[in-house]
Amino acid sequence: MVGKGELADRFISDGDILVKFEQLHLGSCFADLKKFRGLSVLILTARQYTAAVALLELDGVARRIVLAPTGLEPSYIGQVLVDGSVDVILTDYPLSNGYDNVEVVEFNGEVVLTEDEVVRSESTEWLLFTSGTTGRPKLVIHTLQSLIGPLQNQPPRSKSPVWGTFYDIRRYGGLQILLRAFVGGGSIVLSDPRESIRQFITRAGESGVSHISGTPSHWRGVLMSGGIGAFKPEYVRLSGEIADQAILDGLCVVFPEACISHAFASTEAGVGFEVRDGLEGFPAAWIGSDLGGVELLVVNGSLRIRSLRTGAGYAGAQLVTFAGPDDFVDTGDIVERRHDRYYFVGRREGIINVGGYKVYPEEVEAIVNLHPSVQMSRVQARSSPITGAIVTANVVVKIGADLHEGGFGKVRQEILQTCRERLPSYKVPALLYQVPHLDIAPSGKLLRRPHA
Amino acid sequence: MANDDTASAIRITIMQKMREIAAQQGKVLGELNDDLPLVDSGLDSLCIAILVASLDDQLDLDPFSGSNAVIPVTIGDFVRMYELAGV
Repeated sequence: MVGKGELADRFISDGDILVKFEQLHLGSCFADLKKFRGLSVLILTARQYTAAVALLELDGVARRIVLAPTGLEPSYIGQVLVDGSVDVILTDYPLSNGYDNVEVVEFNGEVVLTEDEVVRSESTEWLLFTSGTTGRPKLVIHTLQSLIGPLQNQPPRSKSPVWGTFYDIRRYGGLQILLRAFVGGGSIVLSDPRESIRQFITRAGESGVSHISGTPSHWRGVLMSGGIGAFKPEYVRLSGEIADQAILDGLCVVFPEACISHAFASTEAGVGFEVRDGLEGFPAAWIGSDLGGVELLVVNGSLRIRSLRTGAGYAGAQLVTFAGPDDFVDTGDIVERRHDRYYFVGRREGIINVGGYKVYPEEVEAIVNLHPSVQMSRVQARSSPITGAIVTANVVVKIGADLHEGGFGKVRQEILQTCRERLPSYKVPALLYQVPHLDIAPSGKLLRRPHA
Repeated sequence: MANDDTASAIRITIMQKMREIAAQQGKVLGELNDDLPLVDSGLDSLCIAILVASLDDQLDLDPFSGSNAVIPVTIGDFVRMYELAGV
């Protein structure tokens, strides 16, 4: 996977260590890698680093790799073992339980020189967890082919890109970045949950990160921290949530020389496309045309994707496919056409019903976020005995924003004025509050409460 | 008397909010007297929904919750609901 000919200077690092690819190539973390041949292996580690090296080693050897994200509820493990037909659990910390018919192998990621040559002949299945909105995780079946398919369209690169990502590499968004580093001749700087955003950015800068990826919420956190310092990446990528014009413009100001790109992807559908023109949404002309093996359709307002990058289905006693007729996967993302462009308005399941009218939180947030004093916002439904629900908004003000004249009351008026100009009345927040911060989920996405 | 003063403070708040919301939503308000049916007031259901939520925030009163909720027909009914809840 890594490409033997180009190992010089390439590395993988996290907050604790830096390991060169040369070392990984000459050694192994396992006393006997061959014992994993043909088996289904659950990678359940505390550290991203150990998961990453395990992936490198097991690809082509194991029949199946199930990549567990951090924070997987122990009560779900039993079901995962069944759905994934797991033979071995690979872990870097002592597990509290044992599991019937499943061997547990502990390793610490330390690379030991070895003469063993391993034949990589298995076409390994890669099973990834979806974040999903309900508690029970689903496993999406991919292969290395479907995962690296998107790498046909490589972003602009210097000699050997150093990738950094806020994401955990054990989820689809982060794994994409890890694979870009492995397969695309680069290095990878992993995030560390103990670090603040500012500390990560500082470390990324010191490590020479040239290409960096995160969610729009991660990036708003970066802008809020004020701690860019000397960090000058070539390529700044957003994915995982709708990238609104406000965050794209904000990043252009802070990284004037970088290529700012927002990517549309889901664990099920794979990476769909990347937009690099600095505008939110994507060109309407892309619907129905071939985007390098990816086809897009809009059906009943939601975006559908067909490509070789989509997963095969959900793992379980029986394979549950998620593609509809003609192999198009419904992404669940609602889009709206305005002139020659499509805009993302929200996730279908987040819909708010105001007296029969539909509102998506994200489309309102995009307008609220346009106000120069707003750092980020969250729009949610509030129960109403009159209309079922009404729209309310929580707003985080930028640090250093000058609120002296009129205070937040004036900012509120201005935000609502803009909303009234650009949205129908039922979409305008009925109530708008200032809050000190908004929670982000471990996936990097804005944490949305269930309808109260 | 204390009760009357409290009641009229609530009434004043409600009337003020109605005017505010009507202005924000670009609605023309009729003459606000107690016999005026809400449907004829100029406020649509969205306005009333906003009004109810605002009053909940401002007065900490939500007379619509609970099993005793009554459907107000006139402005007077609406104000009385809140005055009763605020006692």
